[in-house]
Amino acid sequence: MSERDDKQSYRGRRLLVLGLLVLAAGGLIARAVDLQVLDRDFLKGQGDARYLRVVEEPAHRGMITDRFGEPLAISTPVDSVWANPRVLIQQREDWARLARALRIDRAALERLLAARQDKEFVYLRRRVNPDMAARVMALEIPGVNLAPEYRRFYPAGEVTAHVVGFTDVDDRGQEGMELALEERLRGVPGAKRVIKDRLGRIVESVERVREPQPGEDVALSIDRRLQYLAYRELKAAVRRNRADAGSAVILDVRTGEVLAMVNQPAYNPNNRGRLKRSHLRNRAVTDVFEPGSTIKPFTVAAALETGRFRPETPVDTTPGYFRVGRKTIRDFRNYGLIDVSTVIQKSSNVGASKLALSLAPERLWKAYASVGLGESTGSGFPGESGGLLTDFGGWRDIQRATVSYGYGMSVTPLQLARAYAALASDGRPLPVSFVRRSAEEAAELAALYEPALSESSLRAVRRMMERVVARGGTGTRAAVPGYRIAGKTGTVKKSGAGGYVEDSYIAVFAGIAPASDPRLAMVVMIDEPRGEKYYGGAVAAPVFGKVMAGALRLLDIPPDDLPSMPGQRLALLHDAAADKGGAH
Amino acid sequence: MRIGGLLGVLVLAVLVSALGVIYAKHEGRKLFVQLQALEKARDQMNVEWGQLQLEQGTWATHSRVERVARKRLGMEMPAPQSVVIIRK
Repeated sequence: MSERDDKQSYRGRRLLVLGLLVLAAGGLIARAVDLQVLDRDFLKGQGDARYLRVVEEPAHRGMITDRFGEPLAISTPVDSVWANPRVLIQQREDWARLARALRIDRAALERLLAARQDKEFVYLRRRVNPDMAARVMALEIPGVNLAPEYRRFYPAGEVTAHVVGFTDVDDRGQEGMELALEERLRGVPGAKRVIKDRLGRIVESVERVREPQPGEDVALSIDRRLQYLAYRELKAAVRRNRADAGSAVILDVRTGEVLAMVNQPAYNPNNRGRLKRSHLRNRAVTDVFEPGSTIKPFTVAAALETGRFRPETPVDTTPGYFRVGRKTIRDFRNYGLIDVSTVIQKSSNVGASKLALSLAPERLWKAYASVGLGESTGSGFPGESGGLLTDFGGWRDIQRATVSYGYGMSVTPLQLARAYAALASDGRPLPVSFVRRSAEEAAELAALYEPALSESSLRAVRRMMERVVARGGTGTRAAVPGYRIAGKTGTVKKSGAGGYVEDSYIAVFAGIAPASDPRLAMVVMIDEPRGEKYYGGAVAAPVFGKVMAGALRLLDIPPDDLPSMPGQRLALLHDAAADKGGAH
Repeated sequence: MRIGGLLGVLVLAVLVSALGVIYAKHEGRKLFVQLQALEKARDQMNVEWGQLQLEQGTWATHSRVERVARKRLGMEMPAPQSVVIIRK
């Protein structure tokens, strides 16, 4: 009985203890579920955040080369010095030697760290040279590290500066082809997960999150040799004539590719410390000017197209001036009764105006528009200007006359070069390309255009333009020994606010070579020559002559005018080995 | 008995798969380390290649070549009289 009493008397306690144990176990299970199931992601994330990091893996930007693969812009890896401010802020005694090694101001370093002291990352100096990187790391200052980045170098420097352009500190294209080709050149950085220690050093790479994708290499249409030649001659001419600026463009007539494009003033893209905004402009593409007499070949072609004029048709330019409405059109001097060819050779404004006034305005307009004047060249170059060619509907007599010798319209040097390339082939203005293009591609593009000027008129105009460079023409200094050159000079009064400025000119020469089977079209434009002479024939034509002579030789284009070189020694091919005189 | 046997097989399978995971993870790590080393070597070579290209580009700048040819080597453009044009 008593035993049963005992049992009965402890039953309550047992249940209590059991109940407490169950409760405690339940509590533990609940907590475990809470931690393992409900809060799992948060806690795991927090844990990983203590040591796991995703870091970016830089991908290099594609190379820009010239048409033969010579590098014009290369990215090479360099180191950027960065620090963990939380750690570095405590190493006050190291700041002075760190600042010295980085060649930065100690006060600037202090300010930088103070501003970012609760962050874990700050660049101290980006893109340092390898020596400096090694010196900084040799100091072994806790919290200071290197990160690989890419720096863009331009081996050709200022020679290709305007065409190639440059990138910003984050490797994005800012100007020129770097900007135009951004999509193709850009590399997509990869990402990898790494384990880092307290000081931010990478202890171990765990996995790759994303593969870095390097950018594509792009070959431009530029020929580095011609580019250098054009640059050298243009620079010398701008300096010699104390001019403000200048541009030169060489186009491949058959494909519409830009073989060379240079401007003055230029800049060095590798060192852009003190840079004037105006030096960045690729004037050959962005700046327009009135083309002046360089337009006359198209005026004459339009006149020949009617069938009413032939190269030997007489045009009376007496007495050397000609009134249209209230304006008087003047020639340099009175040329008297001349033929159409001589209008080009002597660059007669009166003659060109008379031809233009005898044509239907639409016909004249069509001749200009069909060679690409007044429209973009299709190059896709950033900031390209389309020039201006007003619609013939609004032309009164005076506009028809002035437009015939290149006033009242505006072009870029590239546009003018394109028009001359069309004149040099079959009258179709191929869209201009800065990227290498095949002959088939060019043929496909050409098929899209409807030429307005027939090949026979263009051939006749080219013959007239050869007389410009011959004795008695305005552009004799553009001649190249051994080659037939067709060209046209231009001397344009500059227009400013409120009309034309006195004694302020633009000297132009545009031409094609060799005239028998044109391969190259080139435009030279020199802005405000301040020397004694300011005529296109005196200032721009010599640049054309020198550059073209070198270009024809470099491109192995055979001379088409050997009779003009008396005393020139010739050798037949099988004799070449025997003749040690100087074959090339 | 039957359920017990099944349970045993399952436990074994879980164990084997767990060991498999450990092995695969270890292999993965090893290969990743190898990949990292190779990539590092590649990057090093890329650096060198880029620098060599740059160096070549700098030495071969046309203005420099011209200066050396004219000044140091005393070269000049041949006069027209000393040029022979070869015809096919």
